[in-house]
Amino acid sequence: MMPLAVHADGRSPGPVKAGPAGSLVVDVRGLEKSYSGVQAVRGVDLEIRVGEVFALLGPNGAGKTTTVEILEGYRARDRGEVSVLGVDPGRHRTRLKSRIGIVLQSTGVDRYLTVRETIAMYATFYPRPRPVDEVIELVGLEGKRDARVLRLSGGQQRRLDVAIALVGNPELLFLDEPTTGFDPSARREAWEVIKNLATLGMTVLLTTHYMDEAQFLADRVAVIAAGRIVAEGTPATLGDREQAKARIRYRPPADAIPPAGLSAPLGPDGYTEVTPDDLERALHELTGWAIDHQTRLDGLQVIRPSLEDVYLSLTGPSPGGGSQLASAEEQTGRRP
Amino acid sequence: MNGVALTASQVRYVNKAYWRSPAAAFFALVYPLMFLAIFTSIFRNSTVQFGTRSVNEATFYVPGMVALAVITVCFNNIAVAVTFQRDSGVLKRIDGTPMPRATFFGARILHAVLVSALLVVITAAFGRAFYHADIPTGVTLLRMLVMLAAGAAAFCALGFAISSIIPTADASLPIVNVIILPLLFLSGVFIPLGNNPPAWMLWVGRIFPIRHFLSGMQAGFLGSPFSWTDVLVVAAWGVAGFLLAILFFRWEPRAG
Repeated sequence: MMPLAVHADGRSPGPVKAGPAGSLVVDVRGLEKSYSGVQAVRGVDLEIRVGEVFALLGPNGAGKTTTVEILEGYRARDRGEVSVLGVDPGRHRTRLKSRIGIVLQSTGVDRYLTVRETIAMYATFYPRPRPVDEVIELVGLEGKRDARVLRLSGGQQRRLDVAIALVGNPELLFLDEPTTGFDPSARREAWEVIKNLATLGMTVLLTTHYMDEAQFLADRVAVIAAGRIVAEGTPATLGDREQAKARIRYRPPADAIPPAGLSAPLGPDGYTEVTPDDLERALHELTGWAIDHQTRLDGLQVIRPSLEDVYLSLTGPSPGGGSQLASAEEQTGRRP
Repeated sequence: MNGVALTASQVRYVNKAYWRSPAAAFFALVYPLMFLAIFTSIFRNSTVQFGTRSVNEATFYVPGMVALAVITVCFNNIAVAVTFQRDSGVLKRIDGTPMPRATFFGARILHAVLVSALLVVITAAFGRAFYHADIPTGVTLLRMLVMLAAGAAAFCALGFAISSIIPTADASLPIVNVIILPLLFLSGVFIPLGNNPPAWMLWVGRIFPIRHFLSGMQAGFLGSPFSWTDVLVVAAWGVAGFLLAILFFRWEPRAG
């Protein structure tokens, strides 16, 4: 992959900013869309700023693709306000097309052209394209420059998709589930490419159903479930994760009873779990008690809710309700 | 790039992909010449009653196979290729770029017309070398070229139009063949209809464009009378094809 400093040398015009730093590249209010009576999107609000990598995270069928395809101009909306780079994609799609790059969820290219020919062909469609060889290096396809598309692996084809989306030098890049169906190493490769893009100053809207993908790539994450945004924030603060109380978990000794308030009825695995208001004080008391009684606290752990816990509780059929385990299995069923 | 340069560049990319695809090259090049050789071997030394003249069977098949080549490249190939591009997501991707739709259609049509012209030259040369076919000159040639251009463009337009009723790529070959094969036979491309075909067969020939297109090619290679009505009927089908294509062309695979 090419070192990013190369882009400062003036060969490439660089993305044109949509406005002053911090201004909105995507502004969506009250977006709604139904397909033959089924409401796919039920009032989505989104704000994405210049230079941000924004992830729309949600399970399959949550409305991610419908939402981005409305922003890309592929679908008409039923209700709501949509502005992409200051343009309404429902009314002035043509004006928008030369300023955005799109990586669709599933998409093809002509199999008999080479990598270089394909990217060069797409470059001819845009008013200010990036140099073709620069794009090839950006996505790390130098070794496959003259290979026909039908000879590429799945991961390489995806990188070609990204190259085609980049060659028009877009201000805003859409990536719809860029790594779905990939093996772990192909995902890592794709992530590195996307991380690279963010450093070019390009605004990226990414959809994914992988929590780790959103966590690794995104500056901000919105969780979408059943057509609604159910949480929004940075990967660290999503769902008030920073404020969420940590739990203490350990296996109490058989011969001594821990102090009141620091143990609970044992779970089926022999562990007890407590969620103290004051974590430091509780830990101090608990470990002090163990030392005083010359006993051990087997498997002692302090646990903060993971992004996955937050995600599952947010996207489950009844948020915070009891059937989360079933829904967790269903939603993670497609993960590699 | 301006519209003309972009279309020309797009024709070059379509052309590259076209000749690298083994199936397309086979159907375009080998198919008509193969039929020409087969038919002339079966009916060798016999003659066809063509109007008031009798024409050597081998000579008779040259315009027929020219027509077959043009229809294969323009109608069959465009309908099948565009359906495959739609199902594999190529069209949706193209629809997301600023390339004007006119460039997309124009480049494909221009490419098919150019390949048609090449195939006409090859088939005519083949017919001249082995089957004593006449090579048209002067006004006859010009008239035939007008019919060739009108026919090629019209069959392309109809290829785009028909793609919108083909549900999936898998269905494209059967649907195209079910439409085109009976019409090729009923229009006298493969087997001469003789002087007394049933009335309904004549009507099929009058209504659909293939018989008219074939007449234009026969006027060129066999010296039969040229009729501008034939050109008009073919052109009318072309215009109808364009309108249907504009109204119903789909850029995305069928949902579900």
